[in-house]
Amino acid sequence: MIEKPETLDNRPQTLDRPSSREAAHRPSFIKATLAIVQKDLSAEFRSFELISAMLVFSLLVIIIFNFALELDVKVRESVTSGVLWTTFAFAGTLGLNRSMSVEKDRGCMDGLLLAPVDRSVIYFGKAISNLIFMLIVEAIVLPVYSMLYNVNLFRLDLLGVILLGSIGYAAVGTLLSTMSAQTRTREVLLPILLFPVAMPVLLASVKACNGLLTGAEFSEVLTPLNLLIVYDVIFVAIAFMVFDFVVEE
Amino acid sequence: MIEVKKLVKRFGLKTILRGLNFSVEPGEFVALLGPNGAGKTTFLRILATLSRPSLGDVKIAGHHLPADAAQVRARLGVVSHMPLLYPDLTAEENLRFYARMYGIGNMEARIIQVLEMVGLENRRKDLVRTFSRGMQQRLAIGRAVIHDPEVMLFDEPYTGLDQDASEMLDDVLRSVAAEGRTVVMTSHDLARAEDLATRFDILSRGVIAASATHTELNNTNLLTFYKQALAD
Repeated sequence: MIEKPETLDNRPQTLDRPSSREAAHRPSFIKATLAIVQKDLSAEFRSFELISAMLVFSLLVIIIFNFALELDVKVRESVTSGVLWTTFAFAGTLGLNRSMSVEKDRGCMDGLLLAPVDRSVIYFGKAISNLIFMLIVEAIVLPVYSMLYNVNLFRLDLLGVILLGSIGYAAVGTLLSTMSAQTRTREVLLPILLFPVAMPVLLASVKACNGLLTGAEFSEVLTPLNLLIVYDVIFVAIAFMVFDFVVEE
Repeated sequence: MIEVKKLVKRFGLKTILRGLNFSVEPGEFVALLGPNGAGKTTFLRILATLSRPSLGDVKIAGHHLPADAAQVRARLGVVSHMPLLYPDLTAEENLRFYARMYGIGNMEARIIQVLEMVGLENRRKDLVRTFSRGMQQRLAIGRAVIHDPEVMLFDEPYTGLDQDASEMLDDVLRSVAAEGRTVVMTSHDLARAEDLATRFDILSRGVIAASATHTELNNTNLLTFYKQALAD
């Protein structure tokens, strides 16, 4: 039974229409992008559905690896980047799926598409939100990993590589999760689409992290690092260009 | 306000709209009626810029679709049977988000104004997930009018509402139309359509099969007119 508003008789039956036709205004690209990011963060910090799922999964993965591998000190450093990026990639996929299904399941994607903004605003808003969620999970996973494996991961160069890798993964993941969200088999389809396309970013991240952790020459790290930067730039540019077609019915 | 000429929409080999012609004058309230699968939702999604026409000419408020889609979206409010609201945000936060997406100045005053209009000012701080279906639908109308659109599209807005909630929605729809907006509403509820709309268009097999205003219906019952249009 719906409750009738107490002030039904008193409430205005018409709205005062703005003389300046506010309807014709359009928000700036940055303001609209930030509105989407803020909306996603507010909703997530109230429910913690997405971050908690990613976090629990990540912690389980690193604990399982810890027991499964039984590593000595030298081997630990060489497998750290692989274990970390495997964890980030799978946890990231969980988050990407959830982030886009929230929009799709309640028709909110239509609400976003109805806004008088360039559609790439939606892409950038969602990609930044997804990146923030990934970084939050990584910020919790890294100290836990450091304690479990007794490896120092708090180095600026290493954190920089993790940031670049996460940007690339969120950039391509947001685009592909938007595509897969429109299908019935999105949970299955996203990893199938995402992992082959994100392979360069994952390999480059693993190689760069590995080089830094094993104390390799900077020139050895430079190649995967350059690849990461180029990949990030290319994928953000591609997503900017094709997102309109991806969301088109 | 809305002008559609020879509109065709195909999904693969299936043709949904077959050369549809349709026009609406400013301030008119048109009820778009028809059986399931007639193409009502597809047509409304094209008007809402959510789907591209395969062929034909669509013009809203002087802007062509899909070329001027962003300009059209700024003048359009859309309400469907899904509320397009975020359950983990409050009523106020939902409206604030959409107000920001539409670049509305004097946002807070506008949000209060809209919440009063849909009778939810006392629930402004409550999460949308705690709202009944009827309250969500009223807030959905608030979301759709937040930017003061000239044209409103309603796609089966009464779906899933109980009697009380439907009556409440009637009031909100009347107040939306009373502001001089142009309204197009799809519905299966002929009695409600007859009560609210000023014109009735019957969509059948992808074209407008018949059209009549209240005056043109004269003493004919809308149900009789509807059945006759589908039989022809």
